[in-house]
Amino acid sequence: MSEESSGAVGGYLDMDLLRFTTAGSVDDGKSTLIGRLLYDSKAIFEDQLEAIEKTSEQRGDENVNLALLTDGLRAEREQGITIDVAYRYFATPRRKFIIADTPGHIQYTRNMVTGASTANLAIVLVDARKGVIEQTSRHSFIANLLRIQHVVIAVNKMDLVDWGEDRFNEINEEFRKFASRLGNIVDVTFIPISALKGDNVVEKSENMPWYQGPSLLYHLETVYIGSDGNHVSARFPVQWVIRPHSDQYHDFRGYAGRIAGGVFKPGDDVIVQPSGFEAKVKAIHTMDGELEEAFAPLSIAMTLDREIDISRGDMIVKGNNPSEVGQDIEAMICWFSDKPLNGRGKFALRHTTKETKAIVKEVKYKVDINTLHKIEDDRELRLNDIGRISLRTASPLSYDSYKTNRNSGSFILVDLFTNETVGAAMIV
Amino acid sequence: MPDYTVTHLNQIESEAIFVLRETAAQFERPVLLFSGGKDSIVMTHLARKAFWPARIPFPLLHIDTGHNFRETIEYRDALVKELGANLIVGSVQKAIDEGRVVEEKGLNASRNALQIQTLLDALEEGQYDAALGGGRRDEEKARAKERFFSHRDEFGQWDPKNQRPELWNIFNGRMSPGEHFRVFPLSNWTEMDVWQYLKREGVDLPSLYFAHEREIVVRNGAILAVSEFVQPREGEALEKRQIRFRTMGDATITGAVESDASNMDMIIEEVAAARETERGNRADDKRSESAMEDRKKQGYF
Ligand SMILES: Nc1nc2c(ncn2[C@@H]2O[C@H](COP(=O)(O)OP(=O)(O)OP(=O)(O)O)[C@@H](O)[C@H]2O)c(=O)[nH]1
Ligand SMILES: [Mg+2]
Repeated sequence: MSEESSGAVGGYLDMDLLRFTTAGSVDDGKSTLIGRLLYDSKAIFEDQLEAIEKTSEQRGDENVNLALLTDGLRAEREQGITIDVAYRYFATPRRKFIIADTPGHIQYTRNMVTGASTANLAIVLVDARKGVIEQTSRHSFIANLLRIQHVVIAVNKMDLVDWGEDRFNEINEEFRKFASRLGNIVDVTFIPISALKGDNVVEKSENMPWYQGPSLLYHLETVYIGSDGNHVSARFPVQWVIRPHSDQYHDFRGYAGRIAGGVFKPGDDVIVQPSGFEAKVKAIHTMDGELEEAFAPLSIAMTLDREIDISRGDMIVKGNNPSEVGQDIEAMICWFSDKPLNGRGKFALRHTTKETKAIVKEVKYKVDINTLHKIEDDRELRLNDIGRISLRTASPLSYDSYKTNRNSGSFILVDLFTNETVGAAMIV
Repeated sequence: MPDYTVTHLNQIESEAIFVLRETAAQFERPVLLFSGGKDSIVMTHLARKAFWPARIPFPLLHIDTGHNFRETIEYRDALVKELGANLIVGSVQKAIDEGRVVEEKGLNASRNALQIQTLLDALEEGQYDAALGGGRRDEEKARAKERFFSHRDEFGQWDPKNQRPELWNIFNGRMSPGEHFRVFPLSNWTEMDVWQYLKREGVDLPSLYFAHEREIVVRNGAILAVSEFVQPREGEALEKRQIRFRTMGDATITGAVESDASNMDMIIEEVAAARETERGNRADDKRSESAMEDRKKQGYF
């Protein structure tokens, strides 16, 4: 093997990962943008390209319809819209990317939330002709609620507004005004693009010499995400207890799970919640050997220095910085069910690896997506509504605020009869 | 400040192990679908890591079309022995013999569709409530839409327009009696990730993945290895070529590629330079544009 390619392989093992999502209203060009990004970065295979060329031709589209690269379901192709999230992958020498291309249609908001819940960065598309509209606000609000810390406002279809700088600036102003009332977003970048023609997607545009910033891909490759995780409060939700029952590992009792925050080392003082028992970490195991330290999001198994009753759903935390433990929880929730939530309701609640029952005691308010005002005179949460609730769980949770930890600060509600996931909640 | 960056390969490894453990914990009777292909080999490797030093706490299920490469079966049996795992075989041939399915007729007949019924029967018979599969979202556009925990109704069907939302890393595996889940721990892996990982982990693979000389025929543009199941038809020339396989499936439809890649590094270089998807050579996907979606709806892997 040549030296050059062995270098590339070493590089592959060292690459980091950026997960990003698209957001924005119907037809703003999200899927087209992802298609363009994949196409121009040569992540499309010939047979995939041939397939969409053939389909575009059959449908009489003027250009090759790049949205067909992600709109993979029959119903999506028939209707020309995205219904569910599509995940796509590509890598440049700097980074690997996981893309969630989400639907803009309000009816499918829950799928947008699905795609956004694991993202580090959101690209919010805005149609340059329409500017910031209700769905732009809704999605920006959701991105903010989910604490996606990096946002790119991609002002799309610049080809339809004569590549105008003034229009671009106007939209930036509009968005900044709206965003000033959102709290969490760390970093916002504005980029004028044409997803259809490819301007400023991978290559810098020649049609917009007034724009001095980076192309979208360059930004995605270089945006710094290293400091996003929480490495302070150590959290380890127990997923599974490993008991080998073999001669060699006769007394082995390992707690398996994925670290949800912070750093664990052998010798650390830990507390098992909710019981409150104390112990020390004996060792951190993997099949490849013991580790000196382990941190999020690694999957490991942990042994402790004494026998305690621990099972799935318990959380091991470091003694110097424990989580909250309690049964009365306040949270912001996105409601996904056709069946409205009014007043009280009983659900299954899933939080980290724990499942318990919960009773919603009160809907405190709903949020008006456009004005970001609280609505207090109508407290019924309907499909796609966002609001604040209080609930009580049947057994205690070991939790944090979503602000401090995405893993220990989130939960879902599940309908006890249909088993559908009806709400996504972030603990306040 | 110490560096807590986790490389992307370690991130997807941890994610897959997390999903495997969730499956073991949330379901009563999970089973791991083992085809002998590289994805299911990665899956068993990850399953071993997930529960080490204990054994994998679920059996392996092989849906056997009866059209296997000899090398696949040898590899499978050796692996099962090494793992100390329990292997269950769902036989398409047996389903045909018992009249539960009817063999397709015609020149391009394949046993692909028959696998679906055999799989559903095997799941029902074993009362399995979760089937772990090695499917990756980068394989195909309908797969790109699927959740990690993919719900199936009592007929084994997938409803792509009405999937459960899947938030953060919280997986909802609740279901009613008769329903089951398909679980895909490798959802976020690409073909390149799989190869790089197999190399890094030093996992052995069936010899079919490496270039070797073999008798072949070219049929419908695909290179098929000559075997007891594939014989030259009229007008088809028997040739000898240097080939290897990018996926492993039914011997009658899995196309090979011409290649000199005889070791991992060469395969990785080849994958990096490839201009066609790995399923580009599979006759079953070429039948229509939504062939995969249609099969998945009915219960395909
Ligand atoms: N002129 C022009 N048209 C564009 C551009 N980007 C997208 N379009 C067109 O806008 C239409 C909608 O594009 P999509 O990519 O499907 O939009 P989307 O945001 O993914 O829509 P949903 O997923 O249904 O919310 C298509 O006809 C595209 O060809 C652009 O930059 N310029
Ligand atoms: Mg779309």
